[in-house]
Amino acid sequence: MNPAQSLPADAKGQLEAAPAGLPRLLAEIPQQGSMSLREHVEVHGEVPRFERRRREEAPLIGRLERSGLRGRGGAGFPAAAKLRAVASARGRAVVVVNIAEGEPASMKDRTLAQALPHLVLDGAELAAEAVGADELIVCVCESAPASVDGVAGALEERFASSRPRPRAQLLPVPGTYVAGQESALVNFVGGGPALPTFTPPRPFEAGVRKRPTLVSNAETLAHIALIARHGSGWFRELGTPSDPGSALVTLSGPVAQPGVYEIEYGSSLRSLIDAAGGTTAGVSGALIGGYAGTWISASLLGGIALSDEHLAAHGASVGAGVVLLLSEAACPVAETARAARWLADESSRQCGPCVHGLDALARTIEDVSLPDAPGKTGQRLAELASLVRRRGACGHPDGAAAFVLSAVRAFAEEFADHAQHGACDACTRPAELPLPEHVRVYRAGEREAAGVRRLTRARS
Amino acid sequence: MSERVRVNPIACEAHGMCAELLPERITLDEWGYPIVDEQPLPKALLEHARRAAQACPTFALLVQRDRDGTRR
Repeated sequence: MNPAQSLPADAKGQLEAAPAGLPRLLAEIPQQGSMSLREHVEVHGEVPRFERRRREEAPLIGRLERSGLRGRGGAGFPAAAKLRAVASARGRAVVVVNIAEGEPASMKDRTLAQALPHLVLDGAELAAEAVGADELIVCVCESAPASVDGVAGALEERFASSRPRPRAQLLPVPGTYVAGQESALVNFVGGGPALPTFTPPRPFEAGVRKRPTLVSNAETLAHIALIARHGSGWFRELGTPSDPGSALVTLSGPVAQPGVYEIEYGSSLRSLIDAAGGTTAGVSGALIGGYAGTWISASLLGGIALSDEHLAAHGASVGAGVVLLLSEAACPVAETARAARWLADESSRQCGPCVHGLDALARTIEDVSLPDAPGKTGQRLAELASLVRRRGACGHPDGAAAFVLSAVRAFAEEFADHAQHGACDACTRPAELPLPEHVRVYRAGEREAAGVRRLTRARS
Repeated sequence: MSERVRVNPIACEAHGMCAELLPERITLDEWGYPIVDEQPLPKALLEHARRAAQACPTFALLVQRDRDGTRR
């Protein structure tokens, strides 16, 4: 399909350059506020309509399959397979747009919602048509008011236009870490708390009001909006065969211009840092994929490429596109301890192994520099990790364990040094890793004396 | 078609009955929560597994038949 086909003549110039490279999603992103529907159509063209025969699969799904698009919420599940599962489940489907983005180091979804809401909503409507849904529920993190406003304004504009559209509602959701987990979001939409539920049934089988439910990340939908217009071949012009297309990443840490960048999958970490104006301090390591992700030590960073295929060798994946650099001035042990405690606190307190296991993981890290700490920290952490993995209703304990273990691997020297010599000078520096609230690191004894961290049962 | 035991970790409150009644498949972790071996149950264990599921005070232990080949 010719990408410029459905465009008004005056917009063709802009688009001719687009298929060649970047940016795709972030093309013409406004410096302030949201791109209006009119501007959006000028930049990207109208949403194409797909001819569909009754009782046949929507052509968009086959197109997505050929594009190789995988979900951008973190798990990387193939988009076509997810849509197909919802489309083939019995009953009228619902589409839930996931802009919960509870990951503190990620800004990409709220950026899309704020600045480019029509791209996300185009994708949501296309997905709804493909899975046979008549309703969109757009879930936006309530701690991002500009993103809530962006989506609200965009929905109003769209309903003022004549094109028939599925029903839509906007639902602000809590800013907790697990709120964006698929089943937690469905639970919340249904009037329950934003906490994960026991599966099966999975949302695609029985989600919102027991209807088959597609829960899809905002960026995934934005890519769908462009793949529908330009085709799967166009999508594959960027990226690698196994990780096709472009991706949004949130780069933070000691760089000149931290923020959201659109990269080609498979491009080097170095080129991303260069695009952000280079580093402003020495870097001791990078956290790839967020707080459920993986630390990579500085010595390896020069050779890192941002694709899952490449990162698999480092036990990492691009995930939701978080790249967080840690400066050499920060203490990786203290930073890991704070983040581990935060992850433990973000447990929804439903599953015993998560409640107790993440607390024990955090405590082991907190105690690593105590004089009486057992010397077998690494062994204990590995044991705890195996005790929490796959034992929660959601993947939160698995992610937290992976985060802690990778920190100990990437910063082995620093951990060994703390175990031997106790706290370092940098331990008391202000926190560098972004966390929603300051988390206190308790020293042994202090914790019990303060009467905190006395965990009770998951439910009483 | 095979059957397996599974635990609903949200419902489980670590009473530990299951590990008493089905030690072949269930041990307890250091906090008292069950670690479940989800291998298919041989016929000889099936009745024990069902009894363990019925004995669970919070009905957190499930004996499940494979659903279209997937476990989760």
